[in-house]
Amino acid sequence: MPRYIGKEMSRVDGVAKVTGRAKYAAEFQVPNIAYGFIVLGTVAKGTIKTLDTREAERAPGVIRVFTHLNAPKLGPKAATEDSPPRATEERDKSFRALQSDRIFFNGQPVALVVAETYEQARYAARLVKVSYNAEKHATDTETVRGSARLPSQGPPPKPRGNPEEAMKSAPVKVEAEYRIPIEHHNAMEPHAAIAVWQGDKLKVFDKTQEVYGVRTHLASAFGVPEENVSVVSPYVGGAFGSSLRPNYYPALTAMAAREIKRPVKVVYTRTQMFTGHGYRPYTIQKVALGADKTGKLISMIHEAVHNTSSFEEFSDNTTGFTRQVYACPNLYAPTKIADTDLNTPTWMRAPGAVSGMFALECAMDELAYALKIDPLELRLINYAETDPESGRPFSSKALRECYRLGAEKFGWKERKMEPRSMRDGRLLVGWGTATGIWGAFQMPATARITFKADGTAHVVSATSDIGPGTYTVVTMIAAEYLGLTPDRVQFELGNTKFPRAPAQGGSWTTASVGSAVHGAALAVGARLLALANREESSPLKGANAADVEMLDGRLRLKADPSKSVSISDVMRRNNLAEVVETFEAKPSPERRKYATMAHGAQFVEVKIDPDLGTVRVARAIEVTACGKIINPKASHSQEIGGVVWGIGMALQEATEIDHRYGRIMNPNLQHYHVPVNADVHEVETLFVEEDDSVVNPLGVKGMGELGMVGIPAAIANAVFHATGRRVRELPITPDKLL
Amino acid sequence: MRPFKYVRASDPNAATRAVAANPNAKFLAGGTNILDLMKENVERPNELVDLTRLGLNEIKAAGGGVSIGALAKNTDTANHPLIRKSYPLLTQAIVAGASGQLRNMATNGGNLLQRTRCQYFYDTAMPCNKREPGSGCGALEGLNRIHAVFGWSDKCVATYPGDMANALYALEAVVRVKGANGRERTIPVGEFHRLPGDTPEKDNNLAHGELITAIELPKSNFARNSYYLKVRDRASYAFALVAVAAALELDGGTIKQARVVLGGVAHKPWRSAEAEAALSGKPASEESFRRAAEAALKDAKPLAHNAYKIELGKRAVVRALMRASGLA
Amino acid sequence: MNDDFDETSGPELTADEEALLKELPTLTDVGQARRTFLGQTVACGLGAFALMLLEQEKALAALAASPDALFATAPALENPVRVVLKVNGATKTLEVDSRMVLLDALRERLELTGTKKGCDQGQCGACTVLVDGRRVLSCLTLAATVEGKDVTTVEGLAKGDELHPVQVAFIKYDGFQCGYCTPGQICSAVGMLEEARRGEVSHVTEDLSAPLKQLSDDEIRERMSGNICRCGAYPKIVAAIQEAHSGRETARSWSFVGEEELARVRKEWDDEAV
Repeated sequence: MPRYIGKEMSRVDGVAKVTGRAKYAAEFQVPNIAYGFIVLGTVAKGTIKTLDTREAERAPGVIRVFTHLNAPKLGPKAATEDSPPRATEERDKSFRALQSDRIFFNGQPVALVVAETYEQARYAARLVKVSYNAEKHATDTETVRGSARLPSQGPPPKPRGNPEEAMKSAPVKVEAEYRIPIEHHNAMEPHAAIAVWQGDKLKVFDKTQEVYGVRTHLASAFGVPEENVSVVSPYVGGAFGSSLRPNYYPALTAMAAREIKRPVKVVYTRTQMFTGHGYRPYTIQKVALGADKTGKLISMIHEAVHNTSSFEEFSDNTTGFTRQVYACPNLYAPTKIADTDLNTPTWMRAPGAVSGMFALECAMDELAYALKIDPLELRLINYAETDPESGRPFSSKALRECYRLGAEKFGWKERKMEPRSMRDGRLLVGWGTATGIWGAFQMPATARITFKADGTAHVVSATSDIGPGTYTVVTMIAAEYLGLTPDRVQFELGNTKFPRAPAQGGSWTTASVGSAVHGAALAVGARLLALANREESSPLKGANAADVEMLDGRLRLKADPSKSVSISDVMRRNNLAEVVETFEAKPSPERRKYATMAHGAQFVEVKIDPDLGTVRVARAIEVTACGKIINPKASHSQEIGGVVWGIGMALQEATEIDHRYGRIMNPNLQHYHVPVNADVHEVETLFVEEDDSVVNPLGVKGMGELGMVGIPAAIANAVFHATGRRVRELPITPDKLL
Repeated sequence: MRPFKYVRASDPNAATRAVAANPNAKFLAGGTNILDLMKENVERPNELVDLTRLGLNEIKAAGGGVSIGALAKNTDTANHPLIRKSYPLLTQAIVAGASGQLRNMATNGGNLLQRTRCQYFYDTAMPCNKREPGSGCGALEGLNRIHAVFGWSDKCVATYPGDMANALYALEAVVRVKGANGRERTIPVGEFHRLPGDTPEKDNNLAHGELITAIELPKSNFARNSYYLKVRDRASYAFALVAVAAALELDGGTIKQARVVLGGVAHKPWRSAEAEAALSGKPASEESFRRAAEAALKDAKPLAHNAYKIELGKRAVVRALMRASGLA
Repeated sequence: MNDDFDETSGPELTADEEALLKELPTLTDVGQARRTFLGQTVACGLGAFALMLLEQEKALAALAASPDALFATAPALENPVRVVLKVNGATKTLEVDSRMVLLDALRERLELTGTKKGCDQGQCGACTVLVDGRRVLSCLTLAATVEGKDVTTVEGLAKGDELHPVQVAFIKYDGFQCGYCTPGQICSAVGMLEEARRGEVSHVTEDLSAPLKQLSDDEIRERMSGNICRCGAYPKIVAAIQEAHSGRETARSWSFVGEEELARVRKEWDDEAV
């Protein structure tokens, strides 16, 4: 019986967070620091004609104003230096600041003012005068849709069967277009970096989901060896994908610090966050579904187009999961991209999946109504027993259980099919459902455990904890397999002095880093066994590493716990103060024989004021099949977060661009609405655990993305059920329901 | 934020004199709007005269009504027993706005003076006649989902964003101001804010250096039957798409007197004399309210993205009156 | 309003936490009541966390300026304002640029980085602190205006090692994830509960003339809506504040599906298939 795994544990970083002692990037106290403030451009495309920095330079406290005219080159020639911008170099097409006079998007940095104080830098930034040779720009995905193309990377999407023909023959068909606006992550912590040079050694405190990624980026930018760069990021105030890749500001900050030979701090303003990193792209999706009269899908055609930038390809593979979610012999599901004069989009919580499943799961609901079949029933009719794309079995899939149990818990059988048929007083009530799906990914990751003779352990890995509770879950795993109480385990992350771990994204952290910690813990046990068995009298003679476990300071035989040795005695007799083991966990080749996915069923109830068009998500149930749950307390928080994000996406969020200027007009939290406390009501989670020895040794699948995937569709479907109105363009604001 | 001289005013007269003497000086009270706008470089005073130690925060019965100090906090105003009892519409309007923290900071005078939340006004890279006369109106043919449907001009389509003033207008409150010369005058709330016309840079009819000292509420017969309705994009902490301050004086089932003020639809709180006339002497019924709502929105002129405000406005008027009358 | 836990009515522990408690001899040995359990277990963690951060900063603090470092020629403050204020009980004297807001004074001058900058525009609530006991936004408060006032930040809520009941409840209910909005949420909650105690009303208060008694969950939701949590911990924030307010526990809203239940639904659909 596990002692910790699968049980509730409060966050080990909880006290640090509730007392304000947890330090985020901008909060490290560094002497002699100077403050940088970024100046953003005001046209969408063209070149900088004139730059006048004289007034800014004269302003009190200003140390230096950097522009493309005086900023050193940051690494190999960047894609964004070329005109036209499409790069020939494969290496790094990401945007780097102040490298040329070219303007690629409105809100692009054109100068950095560095001053003695924040107030001085901010004011002087307003004094920088820039004029432009503006060129005709295109920022509206609708207008460039015709030029959409398949991304150059990755294999072209192969049709399955003969989707066009099959669609023609289908007795029941639905076809519709769905739209998702640009959305921004809007993590609470603004992106920030502090850069400190000592000779040619650079230390950067950054808000990042991957310290090693930032290190590589900075080493390349400054032409220094990677080992000269140290990146520190112990706490990240939310990121949701916005810090997966290095954004332009760490290199900009380090450049300024190197030039003025002082530590420099740069913090994005909320407005700068809207062009300082990527976003969920504007996505147009056409979905056609054909079925026979019993509801069996005959053909699925799901075509997505989303925008990318003019200088870099990005695709979130919007339609990726469409291929794996339902059994259907004929299918075509390409995702195309179209260039716009905006910054490059990026991954944003449940990237691709939540967009694609919004369209597909709304279309499934439309099909259910066309067939007059209960929407949940329709999903069961088309249940995929094996992966429809590869034909491989699933390593585990308890989705049917999720549907059934969720329906029971929700009371789904009381649902009346007819729209506008359910009420609570004057409010219209709607019930909607959708399927959630995400991959059970694992990436190579390394962890190091230092097990000490005093019965404590120090565990390190350069992963990140942007909020899911990685500090805690790794502590639990280490405690479990080292046989220690959690208070005797200290886990550190977010530092390039620790062994390499992947970016915290894709919901793969526990599978990846957890497996590495698990492996390192077993290696500690194995080493202790070897040490113990050097002694003639060892009661563990003949035992293999797999036969023993560590518990409460003893190494013992699993089969016969009475046979054990004291770990501290063994270490003392071997004159060891500590045992250090480093372990790299990699995905097992066994995984290739299977499709490895996480699934969920999501049910929501909306209450809508029929006069005013206001929608309240009164309750949501997340039923989740994602392998083993390590810490249900934090996992439930992840699911709640998924619902809240789903509410935001379905009902509130949209980045608005005035296409005349190609400029984002709501780069702030007063006009870019995210859910507030009063928008969120009951959220319940049911965990349907799966035994899965294929995905990774811990049997865990990720859940940070999964919990969001079906929610926007479930809400939109519930809105239809409540009102009879099918809104296919997010967000569903009150004006769309009048 | 431009450098500015910070001055702590010792008394109201000194405060008005200080501001009157410097065309680039401004008053500072709660700071919840002006500091934000200064950070955005929209407001650029070179002197701030801090009023927060002047007092002027008393809320007291006066002349049959209630006088509320200009520097009383929104929270204290909304929760004052005199206001909760006799002017619940004002309490409702105040607590419908902003957040607990902001209401703890914001003063009544400052609330009246808050500036539009138009995105073009906030973005110094964009044209805006209110911020920079002559530069054009970005919203007129741009993004204008949240903009005015009444009283706009081709110079400006912005809305006044506040809630409190809508209720004050319905209650026919009067703003007491003091000039640099020490002279006091009063301005009815309905005449305090302006329509944009050709001078959208002027939000209101205060002269430079004039200080709001109090807001005076006349005796009200609406305490029993009033309601403040705010429709917004999320459940809280958002500006109104449409708001309605509705107040009725009923005689049995008959409406003796009605007040209907819409918020979020114009450059100032928008009182509908048409709706009020349509209600006067009529039975308090959904049918009367519908007729009043039609009358209230009859002359609305939508922009490209805000036609929904007309239908939403009608429904909001009906709902607010239903709530005010106790029928819903 | 139960603002202060007494020894017997502390936060209830879940079965798992009870089990964990039993396994922590260091705590049971000193006979600590359960109420401090949560704080203390993680306090062990905190020691380590604080330590490793301190280590980082100690190394930095010793950093001498580079001999050729560039400084502005006239770095003196424009429009300096001298401010004497109390922060978490300690008197501080600062000379600030008139443009400096309280938030930046705390973070950049007083090394009190617990107060967070989320938007700097009054649109998120992350910078909430208590000034003279009332919750306000420090990003829209000029440092110059807090002359003579009493400022309480998240760092000042605990009494020594004893966490404030709202802090304890946030840990118990997992009322945060990334933790960045948390200090603002907690300061806001502390101020809000005081407002409720004074009987202040909110947008969802139905009867403005009745005295306010206990806050419903909807009241808490509305009153806390000025604090955005992008991780979406809202239901748990409400649960935490409700318990700190009324002592009322919120039932856990997650569960594992048991083997028996799974067997039952699997049998049901096998039966249907027949």
